[in-house]
Amino acid sequence: MRMRGRGHFVNVFRFAGNYRKEAARTLLSALLFALPLPAMAVLGDNASSVLTDMAHMKGTLRSVDNGTYAIHEITSNTGTVVREFVSPAGVVFGVAWEGQFPPDLQQLLGPYYQQAKQATAAAAQQQHQRRGPVAIETPGLVMYEAGHMRSFHGEAYVPQLVPQGVQASEIH
Amino acid sequence: MTGRFGWVLPMQKFGWCVAALLAVCIVGCGGSEYLFPGHRPKPAVTSVTVTCSPTSVNSQQTSQCSAKVVVTGSPNTSVAWKATAGQISSSGLFTAPAEPGQTSVTITATSNWDPSKSGTATVIVNPTETMGNVAPIVVDAGPAPQSFITANVGFVTVTVCSPGTNNCQTIDHVLADTGSSGLRLLSSASGGEFSLSLPNETDSSGNPLLECAVFGGGYTWGNVATADITVAGEMAPAAPVQVVIPSTSSPAVPSSCSSQTTQPNMGDSVMALGANGIIGVGLFQHDCGSACTPGSGKIPPVYYGCPSSRCSPTSVPLAQQVPNPVTLFAADNNGVLIELPAVPNGGSLNPTGSLIFGIGTQSNNGLGSATVYTVPDSGTNAGFITTTFAGKSYPVAFIDSGSNGLFFLDPKTTGIPTCAAPDNIWYCPRTSPDNLSAVNQGSNGNKGTVNFSVEDATTLFNSNNTAFSTLGAPLPNVFDFGLPFFYGRQMFTAIDTMSTPGGPGPYFAY
Repeated sequence: MRMRGRGHFVNVFRFAGNYRKEAARTLLSALLFALPLPAMAVLGDNASSVLTDMAHMKGTLRSVDNGTYAIHEITSNTGTVVREFVSPAGVVFGVAWEGQFPPDLQQLLGPYYQQAKQATAAAAQQQHQRRGPVAIETPGLVMYEAGHMRSFHGEAYVPQLVPQGVQASEIH
Repeated sequence: MTGRFGWVLPMQKFGWCVAALLAVCIVGCGGSEYLFPGHRPKPAVTSVTVTCSPTSVNSQQTSQCSAKVVVTGSPNTSVAWKATAGQISSSGLFTAPAEPGQTSVTITATSNWDPSKSGTATVIVNPTETMGNVAPIVVDAGPAPQSFITANVGFVTVTVCSPGTNNCQTIDHVLADTGSSGLRLLSSASGGEFSLSLPNETDSSGNPLLECAVFGGGYTWGNVATADITVAGEMAPAAPVQVVIPSTSSPAVPSSCSSQTTQPNMGDSVMALGANGIIGVGLFQHDCGSACTPGSGKIPPVYYGCPSSRCSPTSVPLAQQVPNPVTLFAADNNGVLIELPAVPNGGSLNPTGSLIFGIGTQSNNGLGSATVYTVPDSGTNAGFITTTFAGKSYPVAFIDSGSNGLFFLDPKTTGIPTCAAPDNIWYCPRTSPDNLSAVNQGSNGNKGTVNFSVEDATTLFNSNNTAFSTLGAPLPNVFDFGLPFFYGRQMFTAIDTMSTPGGPGPYFAY
């Protein structure tokens, strides 16, 4: 069931035009306009913060729903793609990004940005420093930032907010 | 004083006498050891440690060595210097000999007080007769101040001059990075060696041009200036470079720069960067490229025009962007070859190798039997190969000399646990070494199996080695083959659109 849902998700996602996409867009519109817009976004926030992000990134939005969760994909005017994963309860439980330039992570991670900064600052004090991409795994936040100049990838999720039955590896 | 003694109690009087005597002794007897004759430490030399900077020099060049003499008591801390080749002065200034090949010279400082105590350091002497396209690489403990321990970082020495002049400075311990493009030097404001005054670039309005360079593990911020860059016998004339300044300097780091990562400003200190600079000799001609040029329709947060009010992102023509300096060399300008010796399990101390410029341009940089793995030159997978591990393929995979480990996947996927604190950002396999295998594939369809091993990082770090071929750490969904992957390989990195015998870049080949 889970695997089937995931396979279907990839299909819908990669090949636009599937009827589910339109249905999802309608669903999202209903969801978005039913909720008040918070001032800032986004990880751990409710789905309406997607619009805040879209505005911040001057981006375009695509949305799909795989039955277990919705994915809102924002493409910024610099070509960076951000995917926000929203649970049936309307909470953004994960984000992922890719592009030549990283997105504004302070905006995207919201309150988790400082948490990530603290975790990385602690790691930087270690005697044997890691030089290269960074992975953080704390009870309240799992995140990595990877890539190199010209191509950055990353993802972050809050384990407690991931809906039951969803694998962390689906957030990418 | 005496008047006071007249009215204090006898015991107190006795106490005052002892205090007075002690005070006399402290002042008059010249040392605390006289306070407690029974515990007086015998003057002795505990250890002698030697450091030399730079650790890699050319024939006839000098390296300043210093000795740290740890003592108990107060013996004479002077040392006598000796070098296995070349000359060394009584103040520790080593002058390299003229040698036909690369030579390793041992510098010894022996305590004059206790000749059984001595310390050594190694200086690599590079021959004057090397081919002009070979820059020596050393994988050592890194630049001073060594309040940190560097592992798996390959350093080269770079000379920068104010364009067209003989006003130059040679900077050692510049990180050789195939994961970025452009030369970035840590300014003296950040504690770096670089202090030369260079002409700064300006934006189209005549304001100072600064850059925010984002890396996998942080960012650097600072002025774009121009310099003649010399590495080995190659020169990039009037090349834009980044002069890295710390967060405490002005202009301040814009939030649109720092918010692109959760990582710290690597330009804050030598410790933060782990080097005196970074020379990016990677897959791309420029650090940003067409996306940052006027007319691209976008202004990414990379280059900033900085009037006195505040810095704002700006567009910059390619010629003003910080380039991969290799592209500006008169010859040998289509890529680089990194050659480092094989490093056994457990690691090596200070191995040396070469950063060789050009691919197929000289007798020393031919592709030979290397397989070419091409990578996309743009898009969200620019610079990536695909790595398949345990039956699953990962499209975000790359080879990067600037990463100091094998960063791949996560403990759940690999079955390899992380170490106990404080090394818990590294892998510590239950059975060490843990031998693994993956398949790399380029966009051109070329495939090859790579075998690699991961050892217990805590055990590795307990040695005093500086190079570890088996140092691994988690990085979910990604393969980053860092410097450990370079050991024992000839690793080619070809620059985008440049022509090579293996076809145009960008590609990796090994």
